Amino acid sequence: MSVKELEKTATLEHASDGHFHGDGILGEQFETLEQQNTSYLIGMWAFIVQEVLFFGAIFTAYAIYRFKYVLEFTLAHHELSVPIGTLNTFVLLFSSYTMARAVRAAMQNRHKKQAFYLFLTFLFAGVFMVNKYFEYGAKFEHHLFPGGDYDAHAVVEHAEKKGELRIVEENGKELYELGKTRNGEFTAFKQVTPEEFEQRTRLFFGFYFVMTGLHGLHVLVGMIIIAILIGRAWIDHLKNKPIADYMPVEMTGLYWHLVDIVWIFLFPLLYLIGR
Amino acid sequence: MAGHGESHVHPVSLYTRTLWWLMVLLVATVAAGYIPNIPNWLGVVIALTIAVWKATIVIMNFMHVRFSGKLAWLFAGAGFFWLVIMLAFAFADYVSRPWEPFHGWPE
Repeated sequence: MSVKELEKTATLEHASDGHFHGDGILGEQFETLEQQNTSYLIGMWAFIVQEVLFFGAIFTAYAIYRFKYVLEFTLAHHELSVPIGTLNTFVLLFSSYTMARAVRAAMQNRHKKQAFYLFLTFLFAGVFMVNKYFEYGAKFEHHLFPGGDYDAHAVVEHAEKKGELRIVEENGKELYELGKTRNGEFTAFKQVTPEEFEQRTRLFFGFYFVMTGLHGLHVLVGMIIIAILIGRAWIDHLKNKPIADYMPVEMTGLYWHLVDIVWIFLFPLLYLIGR
Repeated sequence: MAGHGESHVHPVSLYTRTLWWLMVLLVATVAAGYIPNIPNWLGVVIALTIAVWKATIVIMNFMHVRFSGKLAWLFAGAGFFWLVIMLAFAFADYVSRPWEPFHGWPE
């Protein structure tokens, strides 16, 4: 028996910690299950790192433009619904919890429990997407989608009502004064033309749709993978399989938590600051 | 490399506790968003501090980095380290130079 074979046998028999090692799970390119799992995890983490940088680049661009047009962006912030955003954050945080429980069940080879928690995660993701659908719908309705019929009218109207924008006329030209009303007195911080205001708020909604859209796409991809995992777990349950590889669930879990983390940053940066 | 920690099943309380913290922090961040008349920068600092806090407990407890090997720590750390470099250098550039087109910019 070669050293490799000896090691494999040793791993297979090493079940004293309550875990089964092997049983058709170990790929032939790996020496031990531990080595295989570590390789899986590192591969997944490499993917997560690039995802962090991918979203990070958009966050950077957003931060720079918000820094430059802070007053315009602040007024555009007001168009986003905090209750819907809060509900969606709640739902995603909860789905991360159910995902973590699904991974735990998978590690224990409790297939039915795993399927149940995966299903809950799927359900929460669905609630998130339905909320997003209504949220997007409202933006389209108010012409706030930065496409052909974008119109900053809704933003101007709300800001005027809140005393944060005043329409003035100078040399026969309309101008917007951005500022604050305190004790009935308006203080202007900045003067912009309606065209500038429209461009800059359009930029905000561009960021809003790109960031939440890409995030939503990630949620959708996650839902597809979770649906496949539910099927697999259910088949394992029906077959009464004693051991199944938990790594696919663990790796999907890592992905899902990443999607959660992206939202953890999106929510305050888009919905809350500047309120 | 990763020790036995990775295949270790953690107690349910770890996840429940994390969830409770996340909920408390969610309430805190929404409440902080409604503090009247605070300077813009302070609002951003509060929001980001809570977000980093939330992300950290998700990474540590839900993503099991706390129990993982050094290589996982290295990867998780590298991602955020690069992110900080990107943000810091991009900002250093934009705050220290005029935005185009600036005064005297050729038409």
